[in-house]
Amino acid sequence: MKPLVRVNDFVVKFANVNGSGSASANRLFAQSIIRMGVPATPRNIFPSNIQGLPTWYEVRVSEAGYLGARGGTDLMVAMNPQTWDKDVAGIVPGGYLFYDSTRPLPAAKFRDDITVLGLPLTAICNAEYTDPRQRQLFKNILYVGALSAILDIDPVVIEQLVAEQFKAKEKLIAPNVHAFRLGRAHAEKSLPCPIGLTVRRADKVGERIFLEGNSAAALGAVYGGATACAWYPITPSTSLAEAYQRWCARFRTDPETKEKRYAIVQAEDELASIGMVIGAGWNGARAFTATSGPGISLMQEFLGLAYFAEIPAVIFDVQRAGPSTGMPTRTQQCDVLSCAYASHGDTKHVLLFPEDPRECFELGATAFDLADRLQTPVFVLLDLDIGMNERLVAPLAWDDTRRMDRGKVMTAEMLESGRDFGRYLDVDGDGIPWRTWPGTHPTRGAYFTRGTSRDRYARYTEEGDAYRDNMERLLKKFATARTLVPAPIRRDAPGGSRLGVIYYGSTAPAMDEALDLLAAEGIALDALRVRAFPFHADVKRFVQEHERVFVVEQNRDAQLRSLLVVEEEIDPARLVRVLHYDGTPITADAIVGEIAAHARVTPLRRAQSHGSQPQGV
Amino acid sequence: MTYLPKPKLHHPDLPKNELGLTRRDYEGAISTLCAGCGHDAISAAIVHACYNLSLPPHRIAKLSGIGCSSKTPTYFLGAAHGFNSVHGRMPSVLTGAHLANRDLIYLGVSGDGDSASIGLGQFAHALRRGVNMTYIVENNGVYGLTKGQFSATADRGALNKRGAANGDEAIDMVGLALQLGATFVARSFSGDKAQLVPLIEAALTHAGAAFIDCISPCVTFNNHAGSTKSFDYVREHNEAVNFLDVISGRETITLEQEPGTVELVTQHDGSVLRLRKVAGDYDPTDRTSAIDFLARHHQAGEIVTGLLYVDPDPTSLHGHLGTATKPLNAFDDAVLIPGSAALAKINASLR
Repeated sequence: MKPLVRVNDFVVKFANVNGSGSASANRLFAQSIIRMGVPATPRNIFPSNIQGLPTWYEVRVSEAGYLGARGGTDLMVAMNPQTWDKDVAGIVPGGYLFYDSTRPLPAAKFRDDITVLGLPLTAICNAEYTDPRQRQLFKNILYVGALSAILDIDPVVIEQLVAEQFKAKEKLIAPNVHAFRLGRAHAEKSLPCPIGLTVRRADKVGERIFLEGNSAAALGAVYGGATACAWYPITPSTSLAEAYQRWCARFRTDPETKEKRYAIVQAEDELASIGMVIGAGWNGARAFTATSGPGISLMQEFLGLAYFAEIPAVIFDVQRAGPSTGMPTRTQQCDVLSCAYASHGDTKHVLLFPEDPRECFELGATAFDLADRLQTPVFVLLDLDIGMNERLVAPLAWDDTRRMDRGKVMTAEMLESGRDFGRYLDVDGDGIPWRTWPGTHPTRGAYFTRGTSRDRYARYTEEGDAYRDNMERLLKKFATARTLVPAPIRRDAPGGSRLGVIYYGSTAPAMDEALDLLAAEGIALDALRVRAFPFHADVKRFVQEHERVFVVEQNRDAQLRSLLVVEEEIDPARLVRVLHYDGTPITADAIVGEIAAHARVTPLRRAQSHGSQPQGV
Repeated sequence: MTYLPKPKLHHPDLPKNELGLTRRDYEGAISTLCAGCGHDAISAAIVHACYNLSLPPHRIAKLSGIGCSSKTPTYFLGAAHGFNSVHGRMPSVLTGAHLANRDLIYLGVSGDGDSASIGLGQFAHALRRGVNMTYIVENNGVYGLTKGQFSATADRGALNKRGAANGDEAIDMVGLALQLGATFVARSFSGDKAQLVPLIEAALTHAGAAFIDCISPCVTFNNHAGSTKSFDYVREHNEAVNFLDVISGRETITLEQEPGTVELVTQHDGSVLRLRKVAGDYDPTDRTSAIDFLARHHQAGEIVTGLLYVDPDPTSLHGHLGTATKPLNAFDDAVLIPGSAALAKINASLR
């Protein structure tokens, strides 16, 4: 088997033991490639465990800029004996295996169609260090050094990164650089360097930044003016609340008094989290919670209250594979329906679907404006893939002329001037009533908030007409929401196509790549990235303009497709499911495989008669 | 229960408080509870207490869960915003409201089903967080709206209306509140206005988590022989440890001639709690001995009432969090939004 030869286009996978301190070394590796101007996308693959179980870190290097997962491993850095067999099996034919050769392994443990690169890392460390913790930690830096030689990564770049990383703890710079050089020297001495996979300087990164979605969403909450956060720890959303804490410590602390212009409460459970968010929203603060699927399940009753009593709230749902505990550290887009219709009775909620950390920031901030404007819960649906992984994205931007849209809040002056206040009175024809914050005026504007039915002036009633009147107004408000949520982003194939594809959220990078691959196969597709529910009018238009539309999702039940069928009354036969839901991030190959297979058995001539040179068969 | 609308005209000679408001200005809509319900007496006591303290009604936020008791906030303080939330979840909603605006006075009204059964967790956590609030449980030992099932505060052996005995141990809300770190704990009886009104006043002026367990007989489902939450039973077994007067900081304190039986407790806001002690050995500022005293008297079948514990200088949630003294809902863009310059720095640090 001929060894792979690829420049700036390969996948490296690190197999480590959880808790061994490999994360920062692996991150260093990914960052060094980015610093060389080559896009690299890391993904953490980890178990629901703190110490001892296997974890993987996969880095896709792609000068072409494909940031989605690819599948297959070109170079395996096998540091975990426990997963050896599976790791070795995952290497593509012609690929490479780098491992710690301190203990000899029988030939049966290897494959003859790959290149094996052994370096006695443990032995080198044991000879160099006496402290067991040092032996462990420096072993990680050591293999980064070895990899830099194997893949021809500029050592200056890595040494610079080490210096930046330990800027605050300068004493650590020299020993880390030493370990790095040690690993590099050993590799240069005893391994064929470089191998067929190499990193070559390029300028394909540009101004882009390297950021994790949860952290970006938390920053979005800060820029969105959120002052209250109530949350309960749950993977993969925990780091969102923790990031909010860090951003607030930096940006929301009174420089003189050190007072905090924010409040974060770690609640006793998700019921209390959303209760606090609703209480704060009712009382005029912008508030949010961060959770995942099981938390959404627990919040159902409260979400119905917030919908019916019309209280702003923002919920960041970092989705993971369900149902039940499911695969808590694996990614999915499986809460679309449970969020869209959360709670008992007739309810519908606003959902936002960020594609990457940059949109986590943008839509994270926008969610607070929408919640206030619409006086209703707004869900931001991240998932583990974008939430807990760093991604190369365009720099974050903010318009300093932008102001928080607090929506229709009647002030003491407005009440004093004699304006009619009915909490559930639709004075503007958009279904959105005015509200007052508690404590506004001594004699006007007070009302009783309740989950029971009431009339337009918030007076309790069980009259059917008043109940219906209110429920119809809520529908009208939802129709208004359609015009306010972020519009979908459409990209037509050159010359257009009769086939369309709809996708959303973290599927975006895999879809970008799949569109290129399909185009290369002659299958032209118009693409629409949906960014919100209720669906913007452009979504139905898009479906109407195409004979058949693929709906690509990371769940079993084609949840967004269901929403399209139910809410837009689209003929289900026109919407073809393309599903990936094994807990791994969706890949371009998976999308291409399904769409191409479908294109082969369906009358592609329609597309042919329309598109340029489709082959398909 | 009456269907007659409340007359809006006030008697011209109704006394006025420091704000120039009459007691009627603190009332709400007419009650829809059963005639004679203990809860209505508590609502009346809340009206009295707020009037006596000259609190601006609109600066109070009244929150409740679900149940008969949780309906009552409609029946007092009509000028205040109210929130009838979800069953057992008033404490979290109140906590969130309090995060948003620490300047309002928070009054949580709940029942024994709401706080001891479905909402026991939220009850516990709101108290241990030290949310600055007055939390009143209108405790009748029974589910009223669903017609007479035992609640978690019903005593073991108590009989329901049909004569069936409750087999489960009762949850003692006062004992829990003491253990959970509430800084003001009292028990009273809806039939004892003279005791209840000053307790509510004291709780409202308390700058921490104040809890009042108010036994409030259910005239429809739990006021029969064999009930331990009936008017007769509570009157017979009520053991008051003290009687309370609340004196605001502005008033001069004149001690009545009762040597050895009066204790003055000055609260953080300058108000003085004047306690006329009945049980000579009872110290309401000692949490541990209060727990012990309650346990001993509970065993003897007595319902201890009065101000059971107070920390005159309590800490509270915003204090623990270090939140700004200005309400969070009053900050504007200039303070809250870091802007593009800060974002440029963040971008630079992420390359």
